[in-house]
Amino acid sequence: MEGDAVTAELGAFLLSLALAMSLAQGALGIFAGWRNDARLAAAAAGTAQSAALVLLGAFAILISLFLRSDFSVAVVTANSHVAKPLLYKIAGTWGNHEGSMLLWCLVSATFAALLATFRGAMTQSLWSRAIGVQGVVTAIAIAYTLFLSSPFARLDPAPLVGRDLNPLLQDPALAIHPPLLYFGYVGMSVPFSLAIAALMEGKIDAAWARALRPWTLLAWTMLTGGITLGSYWAYYELGWGGWWFWDPVENASFMPWLAAAALLHSAIVTERRGSLAAWTILLAIVGFGLALLGTFLVRSGVLTSVHAFAVDPKRGYAILAMLSFFVGGGLMLYAWRAPRLSEPSGFVLVSRESAMVLNNVGLAVAMGTVLIGTLYPLLLEALTGRLISVGPPFFNITFGPLMALLFFALPVAPLLAWRRGDLVGAWRLLHWAAFAAAGAAVVVLAIVRGPLWAAFGIAVGVWVLAGVALYVWKRAGSFGRVAALPLAVWAMVAAHAGAGLFTIGAVAETSFRKEQSVQMLPGQTVTFAGRNVTLLDITPREGPNYSAQRGAFRVDDRAVSAERRFYAVSGMPTTEVGILSGFAGDFYIALGSPGEGTVGPQAWTVRLYFNPLVQLIFIGAGLMGLGGALGLVVLARRRLAAPAAAASAVPAA
Amino acid sequence: MIRALASLAFLAATGAPAALDPQAEARAQALDGEIRCVVCENEPISQSTASIAADMRALVRERIAAGDTDAQIRAFFADRYGDFVLLRPRASSLTWPLWAAPLLLLLLGGLAAAPLLRRRASGAGEADPAPDPEDDR
Repeated sequence: MEGDAVTAELGAFLLSLALAMSLAQGALGIFAGWRNDARLAAAAAGTAQSAALVLLGAFAILISLFLRSDFSVAVVTANSHVAKPLLYKIAGTWGNHEGSMLLWCLVSATFAALLATFRGAMTQSLWSRAIGVQGVVTAIAIAYTLFLSSPFARLDPAPLVGRDLNPLLQDPALAIHPPLLYFGYVGMSVPFSLAIAALMEGKIDAAWARALRPWTLLAWTMLTGGITLGSYWAYYELGWGGWWFWDPVENASFMPWLAAAALLHSAIVTERRGSLAAWTILLAIVGFGLALLGTFLVRSGVLTSVHAFAVDPKRGYAILAMLSFFVGGGLMLYAWRAPRLSEPSGFVLVSRESAMVLNNVGLAVAMGTVLIGTLYPLLLEALTGRLISVGPPFFNITFGPLMALLFFALPVAPLLAWRRGDLVGAWRLLHWAAFAAAGAAVVVLAIVRGPLWAAFGIAVGVWVLAGVALYVWKRAGSFGRVAALPLAVWAMVAAHAGAGLFTIGAVAETSFRKEQSVQMLPGQTVTFAGRNVTLLDITPREGPNYSAQRGAFRVDDRAVSAERRFYAVSGMPTTEVGILSGFAGDFYIALGSPGEGTVGPQAWTVRLYFNPLVQLIFIGAGLMGLGGALGLVVLARRRLAAPAAAASAVPAA
Repeated sequence: MIRALASLAFLAATGAPAALDPQAEARAQALDGEIRCVVCENEPISQSTASIAADMRALVRERIAAGDTDAQIRAFFADRYGDFVLLRPRASSLTWPLWAAPLLLLLLGGLAAAPLLRRRASGAGEADPAPDPEDDR
């Protein structure tokens, strides 16, 4: 198009510049840590900040290429179209393999810059080594992007039209979901860098764990937000009433989340008791490894999915090499250095730290189960050529009981003191939660007549929720003082209560959902889930880059509409479902296609769902994210207060 | 495969089987969620809008009407389309490591954690339970 001829080349130049800067940052940082040299450390920090700015420039150029629909650039042609709305032109920047890899680099560099800016209470050598390792991470990601998937490659001759963004991805939630998830994925590189830096130091103490916690919490919170948005998107966009399918790509984001959740808890033990240091390091390495594995699974073409943009074995091998380098290298360093880390003799069985160990065993086993379930079909195919599927039934059967075990201990842990807890005292409070859980189970069995496992699952959720409420009550001492509880308590309470609400919603939705597919003529009424659904009429509608059929429905006396869209450029149909949210659940309508059934050409297939308590799933997950955000505020405040105390403790270099 | 398609074509020609009673329909819907659509990207036939998924759903109902158990229906589909269509992998010599993995991992986790946990305090060395400064912040 008419865009000036050098823009894409400028982008490629900035990317190359950032590669050189990240390499310099890596060398400077690691050398500065080794020599404990303040000037070199400052140089590494400055390089990290500048590299982030340079990458921001490269990314801005890619956005501008999308905004101007410069079809001489291959990635724009493959993923954009002049008729596409502005938001999706911008979102198209990362809605493809090359652009998303550039985002990966930008996020990695941004975290390096943040690490360089917010030193907190870290010692100088730890700080500069961590910046150095983060520089290596960024450099390798940039090298991969530049040499194997450059977003700035040109097409000659330039085509006149683009092929458009996958219509499924043209949705507001999908404009935010990938960047948030990327911040979470790549955010796991900071705990990794801190772990490698600590192994280089050969020393792990409470100060290290204190430095680790905010970064882990940041990554976890962003993963929580990203996964929740993705799940909510699947719920209202894919049109089958579900919110999680244990798809390998979903699992790829869920495994780092589990690792981060385990790391959050073990880092607390390391900070408070100076214990579990080796395990905390291992989790940090594995967590980043799982984030890279996620990238590999999604981007190598070993999976087919809506997320798999790139199907190029060369890229797959390169990502696999990256994964082996970081995880293999990290684990080798770990095997060499971790035995030197002193471990205290052990914990008293009934204590807060023992509960945290239980938490970590549960989360790690859950993580391993998801990992094996995800990789098993790939391995089996590679080894024997036999194709099998591992889907939701496997994960529900295995993951469910593991979570139940974990959640059984969850409300007990905060009630136990560090070092030596009082189980009898905790039970004196928690027996009320046990009553509430038993009551919920009886209601499910006797009144709703649900299956035994549903009663058990909902009881577990109620147990967690009631246990958290009792904890608040105990901490406050009286109703009047509940509002005065410190923010740190609310952060934990929100995250744990979110887990309880989520459990109730997930179990209720999975066991009591109703669905029905019907053929409807305009004007016809059917009864479903106790409501009368009337298809009023179906009218055509033109969108900016699609044409749609809109079905107007009346459910009892409320109006709902559901759409079926057709994107002409990519030739793909999508659904826009109609949802009536109520206290008991969502009434969910998806419009199918006309004239495919036996009723006649005038009839439309309509899929009706009733998803009980489904909103609790998203509210619960949102509450977990809110807990993470509150925790970040607490840790940031503490960090602002800490440097003064730390500065006097660190000898002048 | 060809026989399977032929039987589906036959089914399509003769029309969908008569509606099942609610209990059988619930069974059918549960099975629909466990059988993978053969032409889609990782979707069970309960979700898919592909016409073959509709045919497979009809086939599930036909087998239920014929009096098959859930296990028989799963085996029926696996025999026709391969184990790939079963989202709940069958226990076999190839899949036992998969099904055993969670238990083995749990055992491993327990063994790894056990040395850390002592039944009681070893006495003099332990400090009194300290107040929790973070909680009070």
